[in-house]
Amino acid sequence: MKRRTLLAAAATTTLSGALTGALPARARAEERTKIVFWHAMTAALGAEVDRLVAAFNASQTEVEVTALYKGGYADVMTATIAAFRAGQAPHLAQIFEVGTGTMLAAGKAVKQVWELAQETGVPIKPESYIPSVRGYYSLPDGRMASAPFNSSTAITWINKDAFEKAGLDPSKPPATWQDVVAAARAVKEKNAAEMPMITSWPCWIQLEQYSALHNIPFATKADGFDGLDAELAINSKPHVKHIQRLLDMSKEGTFKYAGRDNVPDPLLLAGKAAIAFNSSGMRGDLIKSAKFAWAPAYLPYDPEIIASPLNSIIGGASLWPMTAPNRTAAEYKGAALFLQFLATPENAAAWHQHTGYVPVTLAGFELSEKQGFYKANAGADLPVRQLTRGTVTENSKGLRLGRLPEIRNIIQEEIEKALQGQQTAQQAMDTAVERGNKVLRDFQRSVKS
Amino acid sequence: MERRTLFEGWLLPVLLVLPQLALTGVFFLWPAAAAIRSSAMLEDPFGLGTQFVALQNFEALFADPLYVQTILRTVVFCAAVSALSMSVALGLAVFADRDIRGRVIYRTLVIWPYAVAPALAAVLWLFLLDPHIGLIGRALPRIGIAWDPRINGGQAFLMVVLASAWKQVSYNFIFFLAGLQSVPRSVTEAARLDGARGWRRFRTITFPLLAPTTFFLLIVNLVYAAFDTFGTIQALTQGGPAKATETLVVKVYRDGVVNVDLGSSAAQSVVLMAGVILLTALQFRFLGRRNTA
Repeated sequence: MKRRTLLAAAATTTLSGALTGALPARARAEERTKIVFWHAMTAALGAEVDRLVAAFNASQTEVEVTALYKGGYADVMTATIAAFRAGQAPHLAQIFEVGTGTMLAAGKAVKQVWELAQETGVPIKPESYIPSVRGYYSLPDGRMASAPFNSSTAITWINKDAFEKAGLDPSKPPATWQDVVAAARAVKEKNAAEMPMITSWPCWIQLEQYSALHNIPFATKADGFDGLDAELAINSKPHVKHIQRLLDMSKEGTFKYAGRDNVPDPLLLAGKAAIAFNSSGMRGDLIKSAKFAWAPAYLPYDPEIIASPLNSIIGGASLWPMTAPNRTAAEYKGAALFLQFLATPENAAAWHQHTGYVPVTLAGFELSEKQGFYKANAGADLPVRQLTRGTVTENSKGLRLGRLPEIRNIIQEEIEKALQGQQTAQQAMDTAVERGNKVLRDFQRSVKS
Repeated sequence: MERRTLFEGWLLPVLLVLPQLALTGVFFLWPAAAAIRSSAMLEDPFGLGTQFVALQNFEALFADPLYVQTILRTVVFCAAVSALSMSVALGLAVFADRDIRGRVIYRTLVIWPYAVAPALAAVLWLFLLDPHIGLIGRALPRIGIAWDPRINGGQAFLMVVLASAWKQVSYNFIFFLAGLQSVPRSVTEAARLDGARGWRRFRTITFPLLAPTTFFLLIVNLVYAAFDTFGTIQALTQGGPAKATETLVVKVYRDGVVNVDLGSSAAQSVVLMAGVILLTALQFRFLGRRNTA
């Protein structure tokens, strides 16, 4: 019995081998250049990545992209670094925006997009991308280092129910920080929400975005774009003033500190806060699970610092072409073709509309407008408008600092210490600058070695 | 009669030992050597440029007051977790050692938490202690306790100690119970006849006889608290607020995996390795001697 099964199996193998050889279509499929793409997109986002990849694979016969989920952003970056060291780097890796500084210092480990486009002859035009998006991923001279993919920005989410309960007009969200303080007080007085104001991503929103909006440097050397010897500049007067405002609000109970990074997200979705600062990418989750009336609004600004605020900066991730020994020209070309495919107006628009990320290309935005997406989804264009308003300055291009995730943690730690009452806003920012600068110097030293 | 198996030649013994040697080599010696090598290097994340810096990574580490604070914090954390989990386990073991109805059920139930994965244990504790969704966390403000481990370092520390200790109670319980059962009945009977009451019998007879078990568990608990609590802490607090719950392993993870600062992270691993070697040596020295004596 057993022998017969074995024989049968052997026969099938031979047969199928013969069949494969006989079928030219199948054979051609196996000759397709294989491109590996590591990403960090889960659930609906992951499904959308798979859909785009399948569409690309079906659109031509030369290249076959395989998308692999590799864990969270930090995991993808760590895995990519480890894979490069083993000579097995993926062709494309999705790296979060705060990893940009590290990736730029990666020398021959990456083939920057401008170089990829030049070598392969596949046009990937920087000017088709939204300036404040591409600025984050470009070299000082405008050449693009990585391809923008999923970008979001920070905005204000208003709980309209809580606003009404507090006697505020939900159609007039607070525009300035002074308005925010007043609104939060009204909410607290009327007990209209459990928490008048919360913030996710404290460092990204309350310091990085705040700096860009008010045209003040987060770090010297044009926020790090002009050199590895940049130093943090967040202990300036306007920064300390803002942190002091948050401390005061926390003391009077109008601001609830609810944790680092995305930890406070569930509070926004549960409608516990009247005003929540968070990523524009929360839109999808709000549509799916919020049981209250909500609306997006622009991030508030301080008119005592700037008359009209600049563009906000992005978050999210971009795609980095990686190198490996023995990687062929055909493989690089395949990677370039896939990047080109993702940036077509149709795909950029679809990605934006299906995920809640902002469209990374201008054509994607215009197409979405033409398709009537913003008419059907009021406020979905607000993040793009906030990203594209005004003229980008060196303070609103984004950040170019090595080991930025670590610096974010340090800043969050020092703000937490200030909220605990262990230090003043000035002390918190001074210590954050001192500790952060040490990290920057370590990075500078390690990259130069 | 001597019970010993003698092998002809050397091939078979070598073959028998080889798998174990290979495992030790691949999973212990090789990584340890790599860590020691990295700890003496200054390296960019991608390994494009590597520079020998001798002990600079260690110097930088111990010159950093924050690292020294983390060491002290880890010591306090280990002591708190060990003391709490061992005392609770001892109490439970003493009660379970009595002749009570359904003690098999109690014993089984007490052992359960050991099978819970660290991250899951942390989530379970969040369901209790989280200030927004936790049962107890939400009730505390109503009785006048301003409970907010997201910002209160002391409370966050308490939370990670509770969750970590809870997970280790089961393990300690099994060993204490076995230890209690091996205390000779005749000795306790004799004490009883001499008129010693429960607490006195426990203090003067049972507890001293449990000393080897207690010492063994102390070492195991210290090692557990220092190393195996990473998942619990990472899931509960990520080391925050500020640095209130950052122990040495949490810092190794953050510096090595998140910050890709390989030299410093490797140096920290080597420091930790020295700690484990020290604890293990202590255990062998004291327990080993007792057993052979």
